[in-house]
Amino acid sequence: MKIVVCIKQVPATNEAKIDPLTKRIVREGLKAVMNPFDAYAVEEAIRLKEKCGAEVIVISMGPEKAQRCLREAVSLGADRAVLLSDRAFGGSDTWATSYVLSKAIEKIGQVDLVICGKQAVDGDTAQVGPGIAAHLDFAQATFVMKVEKVDRRHIRVQRMRENGYDVCDIKLPAVITVVKDINMPRVPTLKGRLASDEIDIPIWRPEDIKADIEKIGLDGSPTRVVKTQPPKARSRKTIRIEGSPQECAKQLAQRLREEDSISGANI
Amino acid sequence: MRITNLNEKLQYEDVWVVAEMLLDKIHPVTYELLGAARALADYGASRVGVIVLCSKEPENPTDLFAFGADKVIIVTNPQLKGFLDETEAEIIIRLIEKYKPEIVLGAASSRGRALIPRIAVKANCGLTADCTELGIDFESGDLLQTRPAFGGNIMAIIRSPNHRPQMATVRPGVMKSITPDYSRKGEIIYEKAKLNNQAAFKRIIESITKEENAVNLTQAQIIIAGGRGVKGAEGFDLLRELAAKTGGAVGASRAAVDSGWIPYEHQIGQTGQTVQTGTYIACGISGQIQHLVGMQSSALIIAIDKNPDTPMMQMADIAVVGDLFEIIPALVREI
Repeated sequence: MKIVVCIKQVPATNEAKIDPLTKRIVREGLKAVMNPFDAYAVEEAIRLKEKCGAEVIVISMGPEKAQRCLREAVSLGADRAVLLSDRAFGGSDTWATSYVLSKAIEKIGQVDLVICGKQAVDGDTAQVGPGIAAHLDFAQATFVMKVEKVDRRHIRVQRMRENGYDVCDIKLPAVITVVKDINMPRVPTLKGRLASDEIDIPIWRPEDIKADIEKIGLDGSPTRVVKTQPPKARSRKTIRIEGSPQECAKQLAQRLREEDSISGANI
Repeated sequence: MRITNLNEKLQYEDVWVVAEMLLDKIHPVTYELLGAARALADYGASRVGVIVLCSKEPENPTDLFAFGADKVIIVTNPQLKGFLDETEAEIIIRLIEKYKPEIVLGAASSRGRALIPRIAVKANCGLTADCTELGIDFESGDLLQTRPAFGGNIMAIIRSPNHRPQMATVRPGVMKSITPDYSRKGEIIYEKAKLNNQAAFKRIIESITKEENAVNLTQAQIIIAGGRGVKGAEGFDLLRELAAKTGGAVGASRAAVDSGWIPYEHQIGQTGQTVQTGTYIACGISGQIQHLVGMQSSALIIAIDKNPDTPMMQMADIAVVGDLFEIIPALVREI
């Protein structure tokens, strides 16, 4: 079995500080890390490899320094890694990004399963996973919380819904995106770390994956960012309520009535 | 579809909503999407269409007219009971090719987030996730799609100038439905679902629906959320009491969920749900940034905490300093 895991390097928001004035995250100087959801994708691939034997290949599209995330995945047990990096890829939206990743998966060849994290924490779109499936015309299952079993033709998964989950058999080859409930990612072993230091990570350019230059980068992307602006700031001051619990409750109940927030039948 | 000239662009007209279906029932988010679609169609003098995929005909399809639709396209097939991503995508792509809508809106639900991107890639058009505002660019007539990026720190305005249809998803609770007018009329069109090899992609063995289905955070007008300060599963009973009294829902921070005090479905924040509720009452939640990005767009934020200096107490509109174990029971008695 051949498994490809798609990962992305993102800014580390868990170290972020809040600007006291705008009450928004200060993004300057944030370290780059592997997208947290992708760690579950890597772990699930390695578990499948341990259970039924598989080759695990990690790929990422990004700047050359994104190699670090790929090495991290190798230190955890991935067999090899490929970086898709070129100026021509820059500015790709989710359509173009999923196109580039799908072309790389085609080049790798004979891939049975593609695993992605459910979404990246910087863009938050959750569009690249199903986008890859669409480009390759693979079956797909999103928000997978458990892989029950795999055979040569199918993978049985539990995929999450708002109010429950579906158990489905998905025809291979397929793309699945995983949520954090699926597993508990491991930490790398010393041996793994050494292996990841030594491994050679090839860089693939558009011509290596036979990508149509008109479908990649800013010009190949259907969507354009026209402009960005700060979100509407919360301009109100904080009103502080102190005193006995009864007094606090009285004032608060008063405010809730004014705001018309109470819709319960008990009033 | 990539557009190369104006004539091609003008062939695309209507504003479509992909109805969010839940076991053959129309989910309320559909009416919210219709509200947004109606406003866009009125601006551009075009019509609103709704696509309904189901295993048997839905009960009140004409309700969709009352909420702003001009036509309803219904596709029924026994296989469409569960959610088959690949099949539904193929059906909708065929409808898009036939009817050429200018704009297609879908729900940013677990279903929409799987289905809509598959359609967008196969139909070769742009897609913007989780839009908070939709408008029309006066000059070009393009759809202007506003969405938060980087955990809500930047709002990006996005358009797809050279591709049609223009697609966008919207989270439940973001757009407003119009006041229904049951005298409005429209056209119902039945289309056939030709299910070919797509159906072989996926087989749903069983669908488990959780009994405790009261977690409807995105629809709730008031949310009572608890964090580490709630101290345990019993503490959440107190929050439930207040929620029952106010007609609200119970939310939680990641700390409370990770401690096993309350299931993941209640989690609000970057790795949970994002809510934009009317009133958000944070009880014993310190306000880690990952939590704040999931609730900061709520209209009124109230924090209850012993410690007045937490990030949550500082960002709240109303900060109540005190013991939540005393204040909440008192509040329950007051209302």
